Amino acid sequence: MRIGGAIVVRVLSALLAWMALAPIEAESRDELFEIPAGTWARRMAGDKVEILPDTIRLTLGLNDVLLLKNLDDVPQVFGPVLIMPGQSFRLPFETASTYSFACTAHASGAMNVIVEPGPAPGWPALRWRARQWLRRVA
Amino acid sequence: MRIVRALLMLLSLATAAWAAAAPAALKAGVFEPPRQAPEFALRGSDGSELTLGRYRGKVVLLSFGFTHCAAVCPTTLATLAQARAALGAAASAVQVVFVTVDPERDSPAQLKAYLAAFDPSFVGGAGQPERLAAMRKDYGVVARKVPMSGGYAVDHTSSIFLIDREGKLRAMMPYGRAAQDFVHDVQWLLAN
Repeated sequence: MRIGGAIVVRVLSALLAWMALAPIEAESRDELFEIPAGTWARRMAGDKVEILPDTIRLTLGLNDVLLLKNLDDVPQVFGPVLIMPGQSFRLPFETASTYSFACTAHASGAMNVIVEPGPAPGWPALRWRARQWLRRVA
Repeated sequence: MRIVRALLMLLSLATAAWAAAAPAALKAGVFEPPRQAPEFALRGSDGSELTLGRYRGKVVLLSFGFTHCAAVCPTTLATLAQARAALGAAASAVQVVFVTVDPERDSPAQLKAYLAAFDPSFVGGAGQPERLAAMRKDYGVVARKVPMSGGYAVDHTSSIFLIDREGKLRAMMPYGRAAQDFVHDVQWLLAN
């Protein structure tokens, strides 16, 4: 029993050490939001379609490009921009800061993009990985 | 033959990886594919009709604001003036257009006096409220009056639109970016 417990502790320690110290590599730096085809028709039918959150968090060097795509067949105001059908809007960020955009799609009238510095090895990297995993699970 | 195919595949994968890692061509947000920028006809601060077509062949930096703006508009205009100064000779191929979101208070004369404090080459656009509202809709710009003690302010889109020499709406720069970002993007648009 003690041996089993020791193995679990070692495996967990190794996992935490990897989470804290292994270099983080992103598959893509794009944070993608899409307006699916038929969104306008759904809205006209009374559906409340929410696509963009009023706060978007990005991380420099990992996912620091906001990519908005309009797959619907009518122009859409998507966050801070008007995007034509089939068009995309790709906005890169190079400085950590909070960016506020006027946006009629949100009740507050604004959309915030919070760009955080890339996590340093150690606790920040561990916390970043944990948050990414939680996002995927949610 | 298999080796050649494998090498070609490796080359294409390496190219894709490089493209993903390469810095974006523009610092601003890019529209893809770009569309023709909506035309407009306003009363120009220079006394003539202000249209987009008038600046075909130049890069147009289009912003929306008002002369009573306390912070955002002066910052934007100062940044654009700084960028234009840094461009040197290439500045002659750039036109800054500032369209009012406050037609009640901003006449062409008011705009002219206001813009001259930043850069005399800047041109302002005024006009009937309905015409200005239609233009804002075409560009996806929002503007909302906010009552304040002793008057009102206007909450408005603070991003700047980048229109290329062919009149295509290529990009939108968020408020707060440095003059150097505009210099970079204007140079890129002039060269491509």
